[in-house]
Amino acid sequence: MGRPFILSAKKTAELLAQVGAIPKLAAVVPASRLDMRPAPEMVSSGIPQLDSLTGGIARGCLTEICGTASSGRTSVLLFALARATQRGEVCALVDASDAFDPASAAAAGMEMSRLLWVRCGEKYPSRKHPSAALTGCEKTDDSYQGMPSGIPQVAENGFGFSRCGSTRWKNPEGQRWESQLGQMLKVTDLLLQSNGFGMIALDLGDVPVPSARRIPLASWFRFRRAVEHTPTALLVLEQQPIAGSCSSVLVKVSGVRSQVSGKKLAALSSQFSANRLAHTELLDQFEIRAELIRSRLERKPVQSAASFSSRAAWAG
Amino acid sequence: MFACIFIPDFSVQTIIRFEPELRACPVAVLTGRPPLKKVMALNERARQTGVEVGATKSQLEAWENLVLRTRSESQETSAHAALLDCAQSFSPEVEDTSPGTVLLNLAGLETLLGPLPKIAHDLAQRVSQLGLEANLAVAANPDAALLAARGFSGVTLIPAGREAERLGDLPVEVLLESFSSDVEEGARWVETFDRWGIRKLRALAALPELPVSERLGQQGLRLQRLARGAASRNLRVLEPRLIFAESVELEYPIVLLEPLAFLLNRMLEQVCARLRQRALAVQELHLNLEFATTRPDGCASFARTLTQTFTRTLPLPTPMLDAKVFLKLLQLDLQAHPPGAPIAKIHLSADPARPRVLQSGLFQPIFPEPEKLELTLARITGIVGEGRVGSVELLDTHREGAFAVRHFAPAEPEVKHEVKPSGKRKKDMFVPENDRVCELEEEKPEENAKENAQEKMSAVIALRLFRPPLGATVTLREAKPVRMRCREREDIAGEIVWTAGPWRSSGDWSEQEGWSREEWDIAVPAKSSCQLPVPSCQSDKRERTMELILYRLVQDKLSGNWFVEGTYD
Repeated sequence: MGRPFILSAKKTAELLAQVGAIPKLAAVVPASRLDMRPAPEMVSSGIPQLDSLTGGIARGCLTEICGTASSGRTSVLLFALARATQRGEVCALVDASDAFDPASAAAAGMEMSRLLWVRCGEKYPSRKHPSAALTGCEKTDDSYQGMPSGIPQVAENGFGFSRCGSTRWKNPEGQRWESQLGQMLKVTDLLLQSNGFGMIALDLGDVPVPSARRIPLASWFRFRRAVEHTPTALLVLEQQPIAGSCSSVLVKVSGVRSQVSGKKLAALSSQFSANRLAHTELLDQFEIRAELIRSRLERKPVQSAASFSSRAAWAG
Repeated sequence: MFACIFIPDFSVQTIIRFEPELRACPVAVLTGRPPLKKVMALNERARQTGVEVGATKSQLEAWENLVLRTRSESQETSAHAALLDCAQSFSPEVEDTSPGTVLLNLAGLETLLGPLPKIAHDLAQRVSQLGLEANLAVAANPDAALLAARGFSGVTLIPAGREAERLGDLPVEVLLESFSSDVEEGARWVETFDRWGIRKLRALAALPELPVSERLGQQGLRLQRLARGAASRNLRVLEPRLIFAESVELEYPIVLLEPLAFLLNRMLEQVCARLRQRALAVQELHLNLEFATTRPDGCASFARTLTQTFTRTLPLPTPMLDAKVFLKLLQLDLQAHPPGAPIAKIHLSADPARPRVLQSGLFQPIFPEPEKLELTLARITGIVGEGRVGSVELLDTHREGAFAVRHFAPAEPEVKHEVKPSGKRKKDMFVPENDRVCELEEEKPEENAKENAQEKMSAVIALRLFRPPLGATVTLREAKPVRMRCREREDIAGEIVWTAGPWRSSGDWSEQEGWSREEWDIAVPAKSSCQLPVPSCQSDKRERTMELILYRLVQDKLSGNWFVEGTYD
């Protein structure tokens, strides 16, 4: 047990002055003098129920939308992008699995000329080092991508390191996703560095959860830092949360039920029989339930879940 | 008043313009076919070492530090075009006198550009920015200005009426070099003047006119008038041509991308400097590379003719003027499309356009800088591949999935200013989204507002596509699919609990690529949830846990194959 160490006011002031004189600590601001973090600007997602739940989509923050297949997550993402393009903003969609349907986006009211679509997934192009020969491929370097300075270079596999510890996938499917996710990370880095985008969306909806979880947390921290203090909203669509504490808002989307010809699909499923005429059926709308899992923003949510519907394009 | 820009040792300077590191070295330019190559031009440092014009290449072996270069007509043409651009950026009346010599009329420019000494210094500075060291002279008539520029180094200003006095110190050779087109004839004149003891222009100007006319004829009188600075003529005004091009012929073929980038950088800087002088920007860049005709190993037995030229065009969405951006774009383009052979000649040209004028608005949405965006797109193309980045354009057809990916060039939003007499806020101005919604609701009748809000605020069911569509095995019962199994993905399989369809469509039947298909919307329980439909009599809790996935199932009627096209999400 040590005795309490009490300094006089004069000695305390001298000690603080000495500490302040240390060059390494000169830039350190005491916690008591830190300014309040300004509340991020919120933009509408286009869905009032979702806006009332989350307060909108925060600029300068990373927002995660997670959900399983047919949960309505893509409808939410496309509608948010469509609203942003209608506001006159330039948006980007980094499509990790090349699943974007332009017709659905057009039906959602997307202004296509304002949406930059990046399709990941083709075979990773072999790139040459600047000192490579113009005539042949004597000296190739896949890690060189003509990245601007300031962007951290990721290794050949696109990840740099694995969160799980292992470095390579053994099955070809895993390697394919690894390559596509590597492209996605590099493209996102470039887009965030270029500024001027109102919304950047990363579509990882079809990426298997084990593959998505192999994206190192360092990448998400980098994205979060890059998007901070910018007017860009970064949206990530995925099956399960993967960005951890880097995301400011995490919304889980689940399809409550789908309505077909005015009846509930879940109820209809039990009555499915050969007697029903398939051509009289029509998929009218989805009923989507959004649940706010986490929000690091100042605003306290008035509710934790909201339901809304998305209509089919042919339903009018 | 007239100004003359004269580039001494023009052939040497055009080479030094692309190789600035040679500025401190003695350089000799050779011409002719080997082995009869002779020196045709020297710079001052080479002259100081004792090298003379006309020396053969073998004679020059005694000079170790002498840098030898072959004459490049394309570089001379580029440098001269740059010189003309520079002159035309000052005056509309420009005469293309000879390679490396340009005359321009300065009459009336004092009110625009300041006094004559300032114009002369600005002009000299602008020429030095082109990488050329020029002699510049201003005089009351073009020929006096030309003589002064050829005779005096640096900037020379000759006041009107004092031409004879200032030009008097120049040797007679300068006069004959300037105005005698035939070398042999010039040599004869020099010999004649030398016999008479006339070595300076002052002596020639002082001769009485009548004896000169008797002995030397009209040509002698003309030379005397020129020596006095009293000749007068009009400029042969050049029609301005908006061609901005630079060329380099290489001593040795370039094999690597890095040295090519160095040369491209210099050329781009020159082109951009010329465009900047004319207040223009680049709309399109054309790069033309000429290949060496044989392999660089020089082995005759393996020598073969290769493709002669390689052309790349870089269209820009908006006019730009940034040499660094252009260089990076060209580098990325050449990395993606390597020329495939050693390069012997580089030709770079730019299509000019008026620069982009932008007036940003306070409420205008953020917009990426075009230069930065273009560079980003080029880098992304390098990562994901050609044709996989851009904006989508739906094609005018009923064929499913018909779209084209265009170059991404978003139009900048325009801020409309509509002044309403009622004094209300402008409707079309960009306002924050929340304010806008509220305002719309205030202005419109309640019913319309509700309808609009309902119409606008309804998301649309999206389809997630599988590219390419996944082949499936489908079990039919009474012509309806009741079970499906995807061959490529095991997780997409199961009993079909709900079906809608078929929706039949076909098209392009008159074409070779005709299509005919049947679409089904189906619901399949997710693998993680209950495998079978839950009876309604069971508890609600179990019913909620069942997850269904909605797929679009397609049968190609031409081949009869089934595919899973996508997921409704």
